[in-house]
Amino acid sequence: MSEKRVFSRPQTLKDAPFHFCPGCHHGIAHRMVAEAIDKFNLREKTIGVASVGCSVFLYDYFDVDVIEAPHGRAAAVATGVKRARKDRIVFSYQGDGDLASIGIAETVHTANRGENITIIFINNTVYGMTGGQLAPTTLLGQKTTTSPYGRDFMQDGYPIRMTEILATLEGTAFAARVAFTTPKNINMAKKAIEKAFQFQKEEMGFTFVEVLSACPTNWGLNAIDSMKRVEEEMIPYFPLGIFKERKAADVL
Amino acid sequence: MARIEIHQTLCKGCALCTTLCPEELIKIGKQINENGYFYAVFTDNGACKGCALCAKICPDVAIEVWK
Repeated sequence: MSEKRVFSRPQTLKDAPFHFCPGCHHGIAHRMVAEAIDKFNLREKTIGVASVGCSVFLYDYFDVDVIEAPHGRAAAVATGVKRARKDRIVFSYQGDGDLASIGIAETVHTANRGENITIIFINNTVYGMTGGQLAPTTLLGQKTTTSPYGRDFMQDGYPIRMTEILATLEGTAFAARVAFTTPKNINMAKKAIEKAFQFQKEEMGFTFVEVLSACPTNWGLNAIDSMKRVEEEMIPYFPLGIFKERKAADVL
Repeated sequence: MARIEIHQTLCKGCALCTTLCPEELIKIGKQINENGYFYAVFTDNGACKGCALCAKICPDVAIEVWK
């Protein structure tokens, strides 16, 4: 009986070690995006748009063309790329400091215009790369370097639920929130990311997948406790699931 | 009969794989790799079923599964 390799690094992921901290979920998200690209055989025609943040080194890891966008403007850059090259699959990969803070206008309008692109949004409730400052998605009471007494809604407002906001817009074809906490959630995440790329391939409209991610370094926890925090603190506030799924492309 | 292969140099010792293995075959070892991390080691006692849960949770794509 000969052995068969049943799980290995996807082809679209280059053979380079990730720079992420131990236990960071970016690596899992990277792998799933690469697997989705492999599944639909899109490697030769995919263009990625990297944002500012920990996801900035997308071009080091993905074996596709990647453009680096100014802070928060990945959705706007992706719009330009898609309009110039309609035959290409365009995805942007953004963190919460990038997408939900400085880039919220670009993101909301891109969704509202129904641009046929995919956004993978990594929500770890904190600015990761810059040193753990308060992000729009930081949970109430969460201590960060700029909210040392915990987030207070009187001063900083409430955490933003991006998927729900974008799901209300007509242009959005698919909006889902996923996490990697349990095997069930991991399988759900894989299906959601694949569906987002499938929708884009079928020109259904704007697709958005929010991934709840751990940031062990800035939360001051180890990898296993960070996973528990996602499960126990983040999922109750940011519920998982598919919030919008269009059945057929809009015909006007 | 299945087995996994952990790439020592890619492993950062986060130990997420050790929490998911149903047979508890993965442990964090006592050796450090070239990056200074205590990497995960696999005990091949024939109990591995190749479910690939460890590989699916690995943030560094350091695990390959053979079946």
